[in-house]
Amino acid sequence: MQPPLLEVHDLHKRFGSVQALDGVGLSVHAGSVLALLGDNGAGKSTLVKIVSGVHSPDAGSVALDGSTVELSSPRQASGCGIETVYQDLALCENLSVTQNLFLGRERRHSGNRLKGWFLDRHAMRQEAERAFQVLGSRIPSLSSPVSSLSGGQRQAVAIARAIVWRSRLVMFDEPTAALGVEQTANVHQLIRRLRDQGVGVLLVTHNMVDVFALADRIVVLRRGKRIAELNPTECTPDDVVSAITGSSIAARES
Amino acid sequence: MATLNSNTDLETGAQMDFVSRLRHGELGFVPVIFALFAVFLVFHLANPYFLTPRNLSNLTLQLGVLGIMALGVSLVLFIGEIDLSAGSVSGACAVVLVLLSTELGLPGLLAAASAIAVGAAIGWLHGTCVTLIGAPSFIVTLTGLLVWQGVQRMLVGNQIGQMLINDPLITGIASTFIPSWMSLLLIGLTSAAALIHFGRQWSAAVVGGIAEVAIWLARAALYPLLAIAVYAILSQHSGVPVLLLILAALTLVLTVLTEHTPFGTHIFAVGGNAEAARRAGINVSGIRVLLFAMCSSMAAMSGIVAVSRQYAVDSNTGGGNLVLDAIAAAVIGGTSLFGGRGRILGSLLGALVIGSVANGLDLLGQSANVKSIITGLILLGAVSVDMIARKRRIRSGAAGA
Ligand SMILES: Nc1ncnc2c1ncn2[C@@H]1O[C@H](COP(=O)(O)OP(=O)(O)O)[C@@H](O)[C@H]1O
Ligand SMILES: [Mg+2]
Repeated sequence: MQPPLLEVHDLHKRFGSVQALDGVGLSVHAGSVLALLGDNGAGKSTLVKIVSGVHSPDAGSVALDGSTVELSSPRQASGCGIETVYQDLALCENLSVTQNLFLGRERRHSGNRLKGWFLDRHAMRQEAERAFQVLGSRIPSLSSPVSSLSGGQRQAVAIARAIVWRSRLVMFDEPTAALGVEQTANVHQLIRRLRDQGVGVLLVTHNMVDVFALADRIVVLRRGKRIAELNPTECTPDDVVSAITGSSIAARES
Repeated sequence: MATLNSNTDLETGAQMDFVSRLRHGELGFVPVIFALFAVFLVFHLANPYFLTPRNLSNLTLQLGVLGIMALGVSLVLFIGEIDLSAGSVSGACAVVLVLLSTELGLPGLLAAASAIAVGAAIGWLHGTCVTLIGAPSFIVTLTGLLVWQGVQRMLVGNQIGQMLINDPLITGIASTFIPSWMSLLLIGLTSAAALIHFGRQWSAAVVGGIAEVAIWLARAALYPLLAIAVYAILSQHSGVPVLLLILAALTLVLTVLTEHTPFGTHIFAVGGNAEAARRAGINVSGIRVLLFAMCSSMAAMSGIVAVSRQYAVDSNTGGGNLVLDAIAAAVIGGTSLFGGRGRILGSLLGALVIGSVANGLDLLGQSANVKSIITGLILLGAVSVDMIARKRRIRSGAAGA
């Protein structure tokens, strides 16, 4: 069988006296959505930050397609095809949609030496259009600043980065926490489109609607430990909630 | 909210929603051009001498010191920082220039290059303090203002009053005018560049119909016509000053750098959301340090021009309201004090507004105090426009949901 797209093994991470991750392992397959759940402080964001190259683990390993990789900077992670959509989206509101999509990795003219110093706006624009087509997303104008977009449109911009960069793994940290019902449905649509493109999705969320609408597998963390892996087709939201809060043992045994 | 279509092209769609851009607080050069017309009209009505070729030639030369400093200061404003020390740095570097030329006998070019290098080193120091210590640039450069002013006065101190310079290259910067054939050649080059640049958009404009063609014509002809107008006016007096070419060249280079290179995008990203820039892999600290160094280098250049105009340096060179005028020029030109937005050309136009006000008030025999008050009021107006536009932008973003 093919190795999973992402496999983290026995991750440990300590911040001062807090053991944020205590031997966590999980895997994400291409074209599937893994929901990572847990109470506040369970270590979800820490795991995401390790895989996106922001933190380095104290112990443990990260493997892509079965081979171990060193992710010591965000740039290295994005070079490996890993994209993170942060909760605050990390967009520059003063820049245009296209500028945000290509931020830090702008396309330059090819060929001629002198021209190679300058932005290739046309190429970036075309790729941006393609990305939004793939997502089936509506953006008023690619040249207008992000400050003129609604919250849902901004989500689409952050997610479109993953398409532009042909990312293989996209991690979301609480993408719907600040959104209304309609916008949440939009984000679900975008995540499904990503998955249908064969992208592996790691979804950190508190929202049971997200989980049961999207997830193929569920992993629950508690105080830095992985305590359950569930299949959403075989469990109820109540099972998941009790796994998160730790009242599951009593519930299961009864 | 429309579905994405090819109609949103950067070049053609941009003009079509000009009005809606204005409404959403994207003001561009509209305020500064409006201010420029108003200032020209008022002073022309107050004193018809204001718009004569002789006075406009004079105005052009007066623009050099302020204009170059304003270009530098706007770079730092783009990343959401401020440089209050630019005046002191220009004064200190002016003294360095004169000392190197008179005491060490260095040739003008070498002395000028050294003064600019000293400016760069000073700016690097400011930037390093800002990024390493994490001190606000307001405080760091306020310190710089005091320190470099003190250094300037100490260096001038053992001389009495002024230190004169007679290097022909240095004094020539502000007193040389280019011959007519060279002006005409430059007009030709401007036209050719405009034709090459806008030529590619011609076919798209034709498809767009008569309105698009008219807009295309206006855009393509703007800079050649401007060059012709400047030449036509200035040639009635002494011709086009070298100083104006230096100013134009600096504006062009910095415009290309800030608007057409990845580095330029990174500058505005740092100014807009430094954390997002960092996560995108941009070297935020490096950009900060570099822009402070560029700003101080430009301050040094403006000090060199000041020496060239006075044939001397003294303890007041670069002093007074100069740095505040430079910041005001950038803000009048549309650069936001909140960082992340502005254009180099706007700062040059803003400097022209402030220079015109100073020149016009001089003609009317007004004191420096009156100039100071009027410039202050213009700055207040510009900041208010910036604030209102920002509110509109934020509101239009929220309303776009
Ligand atoms: N940079 C940090 N420095 C110190 N402690 C941290 C840091 N990041 C996270 N922690 C701690 O690690 C634990 C796990 O945090 P986090 O991964 O953010 O949890 P979650 O995202 O599941 O809510 C928390 O106790 C948090 O306070
Ligand atoms: Mg978290």
